[in-house]
Amino acid sequence: MLLLTCPNCGVEADETELSAGGQAHLKRFAAGSSDDEFESYLFHRSNAKGVHFERWRHSYGCGKWFLAARDTNTLEVFGTYPAQTPEPPKDLIAAIKKKRPDWKGFAK
Amino acid sequence: MSDVQSVLGGASFDGAVKVTEAGVQGMITLRGDLGSEALAKAVKSAVGLAVPAPLAVKSGAKGAVAWMSPDELLLTVPYDQAEAAVAKLTKALADEHHLAVNVSDARAVFTLSGDAVRDVLAKGTPADVSPAGFKPGVIRRSQLGLVAAAFWMTSDTEVTVVCFRSVGEYMYNWLCTAAKPGTLPIVS
Ligand SMILES: [Zn+2]
Repeated sequence: MLLLTCPNCGVEADETELSAGGQAHLKRFAAGSSDDEFESYLFHRSNAKGVHFERWRHSYGCGKWFLAARDTNTLEVFGTYPAQTPEPPKDLIAAIKKKRPDWKGFAK
Repeated sequence: MSDVQSVLGGASFDGAVKVTEAGVQGMITLRGDLGSEALAKAVKSAVGLAVPAPLAVKSGAKGAVAWMSPDELLLTVPYDQAEAAVAKLTKALADEHHLAVNVSDARAVFTLSGDAVRDVLAKGTPADVSPAGFKPGVIRRSQLGLVAAAFWMTSDTEVTVVCFRSVGEYMYNWLCTAAKPGTLPIVS
Protein backbone atom coordinates (compact mmCIF):
# COMPACT_ATOMS: atom_id res chain seq x y z
CA MET A 1 0.00 0.00 0.00
CA LEU A 2 1.30 3.40 -0.96
CA LEU A 3 0.33 6.51 1.02
CA LEU A 4 1.22 9.93 -0.38
CA THR A 5 0.49 13.22 1.37
CA CYS A 6 -1.13 15.58 -1.12
CA PRO A 7 0.51 19.00 -0.68
CA ASN A 8 -2.63 20.69 -2.07
CA CYS A 9 -5.07 19.55 0.61
CA GLY A 10 -2.88 17.91 3.25
CA VAL A 11 -4.63 14.54 3.05
CA GLU A 12 -2.49 11.44 3.49
CA ALA A 13 -4.04 9.70 0.52
CA ASP A 14 -4.16 6.01 -0.21
CA GLU A 15 -2.99 4.93 -3.65
CA THR A 16 -6.58 4.10 -4.65
CA GLU A 17 -7.47 7.79 -4.21
CA LEU A 18 -4.69 8.80 -6.60
CA SER A 19 -3.88 8.53 -10.29
CA ALA A 20 -0.30 7.96 -11.41
CA GLY A 21 0.97 10.48 -13.96
CA GLY A 22 4.35 9.00 -14.85
CA GLN A 23 7.83 10.45 -14.57
CA ALA A 24 8.13 14.01 -13.28
CA HIS A 25 10.28 16.92 -14.46
CA LEU A 26 10.23 16.03 -18.16
CA LYS A 27 11.15 18.82 -20.49
CA ARG A 28 8.44 19.25 -23.06
CA PHE A 29 9.73 19.30 -26.62
CA ALA A 30 7.15 20.47 -29.10
CA ALA A 31 7.08 22.56 -32.29
CA GLY A 32 10.56 23.45 -33.49
CA SER A 33 12.35 20.63 -31.69
CA SER A 34 14.31 17.92 -33.46
CA ASP A 35 12.79 14.51 -34.21
CA ASP A 36 15.11 12.90 -31.65
CA GLU A 37 14.08 15.34 -28.93
CA PHE A 38 10.42 14.88 -29.69
CA GLU A 39 10.71 11.11 -29.78
CA SER A 40 12.53 11.16 -26.47
CA TYR A 41 9.93 13.43 -24.91
CA LEU A 42 7.12 11.18 -26.08
CA PHE A 43 8.55 7.74 -25.44
CA HIS A 44 11.74 7.62 -23.40
CA ARG A 45 11.41 7.32 -19.64
CA SER A 46 13.83 6.34 -16.97
CA ASN A 47 12.88 3.05 -15.38
CA ALA A 48 14.61 3.44 -12.06
CA LYS A 49 14.93 0.68 -9.52
CA GLY A 50 15.34 2.98 -6.58
CA VAL A 51 14.88 6.73 -6.28
CA HIS A 52 12.29 8.03 -8.70
CA PHE A 53 10.37 11.29 -9.16
CA GLU A 54 6.78 10.99 -10.26
CA ARG A 55 3.64 12.97 -11.03
CA TRP A 56 0.50 12.04 -9.16
CA ARG A 57 -3.02 13.42 -9.17
CA HIS A 58 -5.27 13.38 -6.12
CA SER A 59 -8.06 12.39 -8.48
CA TYR A 60 -10.66 11.19 -5.97
CA GLY A 61 -9.78 13.98 -3.51
CA CYS A 62 -9.01 17.59 -4.31
CA GLY A 63 -8.35 16.76 -7.96
CA LYS A 64 -4.97 18.50 -8.09
CA TRP A 65 -1.59 17.36 -9.37
CA PHE A 66 1.53 17.10 -7.23
CA LEU A 67 4.96 15.51 -7.38
CA ALA A 68 6.42 12.75 -5.26
CA ALA A 69 9.84 11.24 -4.66
CA ARG A 70 9.91 7.59 -3.69
CA ASP A 71 11.90 4.39 -3.95
CA THR A 72 10.36 2.11 -6.58
CA ASN A 73 12.12 -0.84 -4.98
CA THR A 74 11.15 -0.44 -1.31
CA LEU A 75 8.11 1.86 -1.80
CA GLU A 76 9.62 4.24 0.76
CA VAL A 77 8.25 7.73 0.19
CA PHE A 78 10.83 10.50 0.56
CA GLY A 79 8.44 13.38 0.14
CA THR A 80 5.80 15.15 -1.92
CA TYR A 81 5.87 18.70 -3.26
CA PRO A 82 3.81 21.05 -5.43
CA ALA A 83 3.43 20.35 -9.15
CA GLN A 84 4.63 23.88 -9.91
CA THR A 85 8.23 22.93 -9.03
CA PRO A 86 10.65 22.71 -11.98
CA GLU A 87 13.22 20.56 -10.13
CA PRO A 88 13.12 18.53 -6.90
CA PRO A 89 13.59 20.79 -3.85
CA LYS A 90 17.16 20.93 -2.52
CA ASP A 91 16.25 19.81 1.00
CA LEU A 92 14.45 16.78 -0.43
CA ILE A 93 17.50 15.87 -2.54
CA ALA A 94 19.68 16.21 0.57
CA ALA A 95 17.34 14.00 2.59
CA ILE A 96 17.36 11.31 -0.12
CA LYS A 97 21.17 11.41 -0.40
CA LYS A 98 21.42 10.87 3.33
CA LYS A 99 19.23 7.78 3.12
CA ARG A 100 20.68 6.49 -0.18
CA PRO A 101 24.40 7.40 -0.20
CA ASP A 102 24.90 5.44 -3.45
CA TRP A 103 22.23 7.36 -5.33
CA LYS A 104 23.73 9.22 -8.28
CA GLY A 105 21.46 12.23 -7.81
CA PHE A 106 18.71 13.83 -9.80
CA ALA A 107 19.36 13.91 -13.53
CA LYS A 108 17.13 15.86 -15.87
CA MET B 1 -42.75 24.39 -12.82
CA SER B 2 -41.43 20.89 -13.39
CA ASP B 3 -42.01 18.16 -10.83
CA VAL B 4 -38.49 17.63 -9.53
CA GLN B 5 -37.62 14.05 -8.60
CA SER B 6 -34.64 12.92 -6.60
CA VAL B 7 -32.85 9.82 -7.84
CA LEU B 8 -34.63 7.31 -5.54
CA GLY B 9 -37.68 9.24 -4.42
CA GLY B 10 -36.50 9.41 -0.81
CA ALA B 11 -35.94 5.67 -0.34
CA SER B 12 -34.74 4.53 3.06
CA PHE B 13 -33.39 1.37 4.69
CA ASP B 14 -33.30 0.51 8.37
CA GLY B 15 -30.18 -1.53 8.88
CA ALA B 16 -27.22 -1.44 11.22
CA VAL B 17 -27.45 2.28 10.46
CA LYS B 18 -30.34 4.03 8.80
CA VAL B 19 -29.73 4.88 5.13
CA THR B 20 -31.95 7.58 3.65
CA GLU B 21 -31.90 9.18 0.26
CA ALA B 22 -32.09 12.79 1.33
CA GLY B 23 -34.13 14.16 -1.59
CA VAL B 24 -33.26 17.12 -3.76
CA GLN B 25 -30.66 19.58 -2.50
CA GLY B 26 -29.57 22.85 -4.07
CA MET B 27 -25.84 22.59 -4.80
CA ILE B 28 -23.52 25.12 -6.37
CA THR B 29 -19.96 24.55 -7.49
CA LEU B 30 -17.99 27.75 -7.06
CA ARG B 31 -14.48 27.96 -8.45
CA GLY B 32 -12.21 30.93 -8.17
CA ASP B 33 -9.53 32.51 -5.99
CA LEU B 34 -10.54 31.39 -2.49
CA GLY B 35 -8.34 34.12 -1.02
CA SER B 36 -10.14 36.95 -2.77
CA GLU B 37 -12.20 39.47 -0.83
CA ALA B 38 -14.93 39.59 -3.45
CA LEU B 39 -15.35 35.82 -3.31
CA ALA B 40 -15.52 35.86 0.49
CA LYS B 41 -18.19 38.55 0.30
CA ALA B 42 -20.16 36.66 -2.35
CA VAL B 43 -20.09 33.44 -0.29
CA LYS B 44 -21.14 35.34 2.82
CA SER B 45 -24.06 36.85 0.98
CA ALA B 46 -25.10 33.49 -0.52
CA VAL B 47 -24.98 31.26 2.55
CA GLY B 48 -24.09 33.63 5.42
CA LEU B 49 -20.78 31.88 6.07
CA ALA B 50 -17.07 32.56 5.72
CA VAL B 51 -14.83 30.68 3.27
CA PRO B 52 -13.84 27.46 5.06
CA ALA B 53 -10.29 26.29 5.67
CA PRO B 54 -8.99 23.28 3.70
CA LEU B 55 -11.08 20.12 4.33
CA ALA B 56 -13.59 22.09 6.39
CA VAL B 57 -17.35 22.33 6.02
CA LYS B 58 -19.56 24.86 7.77
CA SER B 59 -23.29 25.13 7.94
CA GLY B 60 -25.72 27.77 9.05
CA ALA B 61 -29.34 28.83 8.75
CA LYS B 62 -29.05 29.78 5.05
CA GLY B 63 -27.05 26.81 3.83
CA ALA B 64 -23.62 25.25 3.98
CA VAL B 65 -20.22 25.72 2.40
CA ALA B 66 -17.55 23.07 1.96
CA TRP B 67 -13.91 23.24 0.87
CA MET B 68 -13.48 20.99 -2.17
CA SER B 69 -10.03 21.92 -3.51
CA PRO B 70 -7.63 24.88 -3.38
CA ASP B 71 -9.84 26.68 -5.91
CA GLU B 72 -13.27 25.15 -5.39
CA LEU B 73 -16.11 25.38 -2.88
CA LEU B 74 -19.41 23.57 -2.71
CA LEU B 75 -22.35 25.67 -1.56
CA THR B 76 -25.64 24.14 -0.52
CA VAL B 77 -28.91 26.06 -0.38
CA PRO B 78 -32.56 24.96 -0.62
CA TYR B 79 -33.19 23.39 -4.05
CA ASP B 80 -35.49 26.14 -5.34
CA GLN B 81 -33.02 28.88 -4.38
CA ALA B 82 -30.00 27.52 -6.25
CA GLU B 83 -30.63 29.31 -9.55
CA ALA B 84 -31.05 32.68 -7.85
CA ALA B 85 -27.95 32.10 -5.74
CA VAL B 86 -25.90 31.31 -8.87
CA ALA B 87 -27.14 34.51 -10.52
CA LYS B 88 -26.12 36.52 -7.46
CA LEU B 89 -22.69 34.91 -7.25
CA THR B 90 -22.08 35.47 -10.96
CA LYS B 91 -23.01 39.14 -10.61
CA ALA B 92 -20.90 39.64 -7.48
CA LEU B 93 -17.86 38.03 -9.12
CA ALA B 94 -18.28 39.56 -12.58
CA ASP B 95 -14.86 41.23 -12.35
CA GLU B 96 -13.04 38.10 -11.26
CA HIS B 97 -12.05 34.87 -12.96
CA HIS B 98 -14.55 32.42 -11.50
CA LEU B 99 -17.17 29.80 -12.22
CA ALA B 100 -20.50 29.36 -10.46
CA VAL B 101 -22.68 26.47 -11.62
CA ASN B 102 -25.89 24.96 -10.35
CA VAL B 103 -25.05 21.24 -10.05
CA SER B 104 -28.12 20.28 -7.98
CA ASP B 105 -29.48 17.88 -10.60
CA ALA B 106 -26.11 16.20 -11.09
CA ARG B 107 -25.94 14.91 -7.55
CA ALA B 108 -27.49 12.40 -5.19
CA VAL B 109 -27.45 12.94 -1.42
CA PHE B 110 -27.75 10.31 1.30
CA THR B 111 -27.96 10.51 5.07
CA LEU B 112 -26.55 7.76 7.28
CA SER B 113 -27.61 7.80 10.89
CA GLY B 114 -26.73 5.58 13.80
CA ASP B 115 -23.85 4.74 16.11
CA ALA B 116 -22.04 2.70 13.46
CA VAL B 117 -21.81 5.27 10.65
CA ARG B 118 -18.00 5.23 10.74
CA ASP B 119 -17.94 1.43 10.38
CA VAL B 120 -20.22 1.57 7.35
CA LEU B 121 -18.04 4.19 5.63
CA ALA B 122 -14.88 2.29 6.52
CA LYS B 123 -16.09 -0.70 4.50
CA GLY B 124 -15.76 1.25 1.28
CA THR B 125 -13.35 4.14 1.57
CA PRO B 126 -9.58 4.46 1.93
CA ALA B 127 -10.13 7.75 3.81
CA ASP B 128 -9.44 7.90 7.53
CA VAL B 129 -12.91 7.89 9.09
CA SER B 130 -11.69 7.38 12.66
CA PRO B 131 -12.49 10.14 15.15
CA ALA B 132 -8.87 11.31 14.81
CA GLY B 133 -9.32 12.32 11.18
CA PHE B 134 -13.04 12.58 10.63
CA LYS B 135 -15.46 14.51 12.83
CA PRO B 136 -18.19 17.13 12.46
CA GLY B 137 -16.76 20.06 10.52
CA VAL B 138 -14.49 17.92 8.30
CA ILE B 139 -15.32 17.02 4.70
CA ARG B 140 -13.55 14.26 2.82
CA ARG B 141 -13.64 13.64 -0.90
CA SER B 142 -12.62 10.11 -1.68
CA GLN B 143 -13.95 6.83 -2.95
CA LEU B 144 -16.92 5.12 -1.35
CA GLY B 145 -17.85 1.70 -2.66
CA LEU B 146 -15.43 2.35 -5.57
CA VAL B 147 -17.15 5.50 -6.83
CA ALA B 148 -16.28 9.14 -6.18
CA ALA B 149 -18.07 10.65 -3.19
CA ALA B 150 -17.82 13.42 -0.64
CA PHE B 151 -18.93 12.89 2.93
CA TRP B 152 -19.07 14.83 6.17
CA MET B 153 -20.55 14.41 9.63
CA THR B 154 -23.45 16.57 10.67
CA SER B 155 -23.21 15.08 14.17
CA ASP B 156 -21.30 12.24 15.85
CA THR B 157 -23.91 9.78 14.61
CA GLU B 158 -24.96 11.27 11.29
CA VAL B 159 -23.15 11.48 7.96
CA THR B 160 -24.11 13.16 4.70
CA VAL B 161 -22.86 11.41 1.55
CA VAL B 162 -22.88 13.13 -1.84
CA CYS B 163 -22.15 11.40 -5.14
CA PHE B 164 -23.00 11.81 -8.81
CA ARG B 165 -26.64 11.19 -9.58
CA SER B 166 -25.60 8.80 -12.35
CA VAL B 167 -24.33 6.40 -9.66
CA GLY B 168 -27.02 7.30 -7.11
CA GLU B 169 -28.85 4.00 -7.29
CA TYR B 170 -25.58 2.08 -7.12
CA MET B 171 -24.52 4.11 -4.09
CA TYR B 172 -27.82 3.49 -2.33
CA ASN B 173 -27.55 -0.24 -2.93
CA TRP B 174 -23.94 -0.24 -1.78
CA LEU B 175 -24.80 1.69 1.39
CA CYS B 176 -27.69 -0.67 2.17
CA THR B 177 -25.42 -3.69 1.69
CA ALA B 178 -22.70 -2.13 3.85
CA ALA B 179 -25.32 -1.40 6.51
CA LYS B 180 -26.78 -4.92 6.52
CA PRO B 181 -27.56 -5.95 10.10
CA GLY B 182 -25.06 -8.35 11.59
CA THR B 183 -22.21 -7.35 9.30
CA LEU B 184 -20.60 -4.75 11.54
CA PRO B 185 -18.38 -4.97 14.59
CA ILE B 186 -20.50 -4.89 17.73
CA VAL B 187 -21.22 -1.28 18.55
CA SER B 188 -21.58 -0.26 22.13
ZN1 LIG C 1 -5.35 16.66 -2.42
